[in-house]
Formats: sequence, C-alpha cells, structure tokens
Amino acid sequence: MDIFIQQLINGLVLGSIYALVALGYTMVYGILELINFAHGEVTMMGAMVALAVIGALMGVAPDLPGVVVVLGGVLIAVPVCMLLGFGIERLAYRPLRNAPRLAPLITAIGLSIVLQNVAMLIWGRQYIAFPPLLPKGQFEILGAHISVLQLFIVALSVTVMLGLWFTVQKTRLGRAMRATAQSREVAALMGVNVNSVIAATFIIGSALAALAGVMVSAYYGLAHYYMGFLLGLKAFSAAVLGGIGNIAGAMLGGLLLGVIEALGAGYIGDLSGGFLGSHYQDVFAFFILSLVLVFRPSGLLGERVASRA
Amino acid sequence: MPIVNYLRARPRLALVLVAVLLAALPFLVGAGLGKSWVRVLDFALLYVMLALGLNIVVGYAGLLDLGYVAFYALGAYLYAWLASPHFGLHLPFWAVLPLGALLAGVFGVLLGAPTLRLRGDYLAIVTLGFGEIIRIFMNNLNAPVNITNGPQGMNLIDPIALGGFALSKTHQIFGFSVSNAHLYYYLFLAFVLLVMFVALRLQDSRIGRAWAAIREDELAASAMGIDTRNVKLLAFAMGATFGGLAGGLFAAFQGFISPESFGLMESIMILCMIVLGGMGHIPGVILGAVLLTVLPEALRYVGDLQRAVLGHVAVDPADLRMLLFGCALILMMLYRPEGLWPSRQRKRELHAEDEVAAHESASLYDARG
Repeated sequence: MDIFIQQLINGLVLGSIYALVALGYTMVYGILELINFAHGEVTMMGAMVALAVIGALMGVAPDLPGVVVVLGGVLIAVPVCMLLGFGIERLAYRPLRNAPRLAPLITAIGLSIVLQNVAMLIWGRQYIAFPPLLPKGQFEILGAHISVLQLFIVALSVTVMLGLWFTVQKTRLGRAMRATAQSREVAALMGVNVNSVIAATFIIGSALAALAGVMVSAYYGLAHYYMGFLLGLKAFSAAVLGGIGNIAGAMLGGLLLGVIEALGAGYIGDLSGGFLGSHYQDVFAFFILSLVLVFRPSGLLGERVASRA
Repeated sequence: MPIVNYLRARPRLALVLVAVLLAALPFLVGAGLGKSWVRVLDFALLYVMLALGLNIVVGYAGLLDLGYVAFYALGAYLYAWLASPHFGLHLPFWAVLPLGALLAGVFGVLLGAPTLRLRGDYLAIVTLGFGEIIRIFMNNLNAPVNITNGPQGMNLIDPIALGGFALSKTHQIFGFSVSNAHLYYYLFLAFVLLVMFVALRLQDSRIGRAWAAIREDELAASAMGIDTRNVKLLAFAMGATFGGLAGGLFAAFQGFISPESFGLMESIMILCMIVLGGMGHIPGVILGAVLLTVLPEALRYVGDLQRAVLGHVAVDPADLRMLLFGCALILMMLYRPEGLWPSRQRKRELHAEDEVAAHESASLYDARG
C-alpha cells in the first residue's frame, strides 16, 4: 500500500509536468490543427537555457540563495523560449499555412532536429547536472514521502494552469483564441487579428514548455539535448488521451498519464512475472496513445470530431 | 546538352551505357577514391531500397510513416535470429530474407489496421511511437530470457553465400581480385533493380492509381468506390516488406546489428531522402538516397578544411550532419516542396497556384486598364 501511494504521488508530480507540455500541443492543435513537433525541443531549450543561466549566476555571485538563482534561470529561460516559439511559428509554420498537410509536419520535424543539434553543439553531448540549489525537506503522508520540490512542482503547475484557464475563458485574448479555433475565417471577419492570436498561442505554449523544462530537469537532476523528444512524445500522448484541442483535457490527460506510467512501472514486474521490468516505463505512453486512438480518438474530454481527413 | 538528346533518341544504347557504368562503378570508385568508398556505395544501394520502400507509403499513398526503421530492424533481427550462433540456427539466406520481409509486412498490417483510420498527423505520431517501442524492446529483451542480446547487439551473423560461394570473402575472378564490398554491391544492385521494378509496376497499376487518389483526396477516392482502408493497409504492408528485406540484407552485410542502428534519426534520414529527391518520383527518390548517403561521407573533409583554415577542428563534422539534414528539410518545404527531381505532374501541381495567381493579377490589370 505504501508503494502504491508513493507511486501515485510520483505519478501526479510527473503528470503535472506532462500536463504543462501537453497544453502547448493542445492549444496549437486547437487553433491550427497542426502537431507542433518542435514543442518538445522548446521544453528542452527551456531547461538548457535555465541551466546555463544558473551556472553563470553561481559563478558570478556564489552567495546568492539557491532559490533566487533558480528563479533567475527561469526568468531568462521563459522569455527566450517565448521568442523561440514566436520564431518557430513565423519561420516554419506561417508560410505553409495553406500548403498540403504533409508540408508543415515535415518542417516541424526539421525544426526539432535543428533545435536538438544546435543544443548539442552549444552544450555538448553529455548530461548536465542540475546543481543542488533547491531546499531538500521531505514530508511523510500515509507512509509515503513527498519532497518540497515535488510539492512545489505540483503547486506551480496547478497555479499556472488556473492562470491559463482564466486567460482563455475570461480575457479578450482568450475569447479571440476560442473564436479562431472555431473558425479562422469568421474570427477574422469579426475583427480578430488571427495572425497575432496564433503567434500569442505559440508564445504562451512555449512559456509553459520552458517552465516544464526547468521543472523536469530539477526533478530528475539532469538535462540533456535529447530530453525533449521523449518528453514531447509523452506530453502529446497525454494531450490525445485528454482530447486534443481541449485545454481541460490536456491537464487531465497529463495527470492520468503520469499516474499510469508510475503505477505501471511499479507493478509491471509483478504483473508479468518478472519478464518485463521498470525500464519499460517509456512504453506505456505509446501503448495508451495507441489504445486511445483506436477506441476513442476524440480522447476523454474531446468532442466527437471526424477522424477522417 | 547534345549528348543527352543523342542518347534520348537511342534508348537501347543509353540502357547499355548505364548498365556498363553501374557494373564498372565499384571498380572505378575503388580505384579513384579508395576502398572504403565501395562500402559507401553498398550503403547507398541499401538506402535506395529503403527509400523506395518508404516512398510507397509516403510518396504514393501520402501516409507519413515516421517509424519505418522499425520494419528495417525487424528484418535485420529476424535474419540474426535465424542465421547466427545466437540461437545456433544457420538457415540459408534465401529462406531467411523472405521470412524477414514477411514478418515486417505482417507487423505493417498489425500497426496499420488500427491506426490507418486516423488523420495523417496522428499516424505520424503513432508510427513514431511504434518505432521507439520496437527499439526499447530490442534494447531490453536480454533478460530474463536473452532474445536480442540487449544494447550489445548480435554479431557473427552469417554472410550471404550462394552454395559454397561466400560473399564475405575476396575472390579471384578472371584475374581480378573481387572483394566482399564489390560482391555485395552486385547483390544489392540486383535487389535494388527488383524493388525498382516492383515500385514502377505498382505505380502504374490499378492499386497505384488508387493510392494516388487517396493521397490527393481520400473522401473523393472512397466515393469513387476505392476501399480506402484496405488500399492504405496494402501500401503500409508493401512498404514494410521492402523495409524488412533491406534489414535482412543489412544484417548479412554488416555481420553485426545493435539497436543503435535503428533509431528515430534513421527513419528521419530515409524520409529526408524522399523529400529531398522528390516524393513519389522514383528517379528523384534514388537521387535523394544516393545524395544523402554520399554527402555525409564527404562532410568528413570539412574536418580537414577546418584544420587547414582554423588550425583545429572547431565543430565535429559528424555533429553537423543532422543539423544540415534538419535545415534541408525546412528549406525544401519552404522553397522547393516538390524536391530536387520531381515528376513533371507534381511540379505542375505545386506551382499551379502561382500560375493562377499570376493569371488573375494580370487580368486585374486588364480590368483596370
């Protein structure tokens, strides 16, 4: 039972990170019906930039408290990723908005390769360690351990998601986004500047991705130029699980996927009689993705949409 | 180009010339550039096979498959299981190669059946996930039962042998010393010609036209009575079969396979070949495959260049390879979406809008006139 609760907590922490990344996929998909393949790489860039800034800050001012240093990293990484998201949309997607569907998908793949390799050229092939700057306390709940960092990750994710929900539901920009998602042409006729709404969507999604990138590298204590690929895939699976294009769905899908993955990795050994071990953790996301796509392509919360092109 | 026109009028002579050139190529390359380049040629042929296989899925039927390398891996692993000391089996290649192709085809159907109902971009993600799953399994299925030997991979795989004539040794033929790289070149060439023949015939067949119809407009195609699901499945299975065949040949040629050879980047590279060369156009795809196999080898000289200019190697040329591929993909899509050597029809399609636009703006001026 202790193990169950422990895995549940671990899953929720990881799941809230997945949810943040999934939001970026789902927002872009909701508006453009495009899978932004490079989104995972934006997450990676967030982590890498934050780590670079953190390293620099530690060199310049070694007396600063750890939390301030990490905050400094985040404050630089978020705008850098927003700029990156804006640039990606402008360079690779906007010129192809009326091209055949395959074209933006291929530029997206190209972009993610480029971002990965640029990161590799700048920061090298090796894993970069996240310095131990954050407080290390631990609580005990029902026999399971939860660290301050884990609690903080969940709290921050929930706050950001609430903020996003408020933005989309209550503000003028949010209304323009929802209108654009329903019909780009009609929204434009109503005086919505569709191009800037799409740019804003990419910028917001990238900011969330940057945050998630910092969180994931702080959580695992590592960052790597290739980390965005798997994270992006899982987050995309989460978005599909919740119903792609649906913001609440992305949050739910992310949390669910995190929990399923953690529990699956914890119990797969017992279930398969020791044949498969916890290193199959990464398989669950794809497995769930395939199941959802076969049995309920619209996801858990998604409206029924035609699955044929 | 007077020579081209001369040959175009005499197709038989052109054919003979091409055949002679292809037959002499490994010797010319071996003498001119060194023996390692003959192996590069072998790999180029292998990639031509893979690219032609993926072209059926992506170019003909318009389905973006990002996990194509999984089928390549299945073919290679099956060959290794049935013809290496790993399980103590040593079946002959003519039994193993078709089995590998069949296994890959079956997996193509298994993967395609649930996913082909989906829209193109979902398919891309699911195939990508499938490719990763296969790789994760190959990496981890070494315990508790050692099936794949994990990350170390499997070695001592049997080479291809025709009777007592093993392709892995150097032979003396008519006084020429013919090495294994040369022998595999001819074997691969034969397979490439076979795959090319099949791909060409498929393109002009009823099925090929059905694929094109689905690629252009699936709804219209199904309205015309095409069973879109089965026809798409067939494209998937067909592409997978070629992938499996190439995988078996790769295993026999290398004598060693490991999960590392079957990563996502390999899938993307094969996709690059098609996009760069010209989707759906066989000569274009071949050009793309050859270019993308040979260019990275040529990139090695960039290291020497850096040493000469800067005095040291600032950027490892191997690291530049993928970066350049990524840029090439983006730039091609933005500026030349039809590829380097497209079919005439496709080129017209992709530039039809420009013509219409030009025509419209011209008539606008008329109206103002």
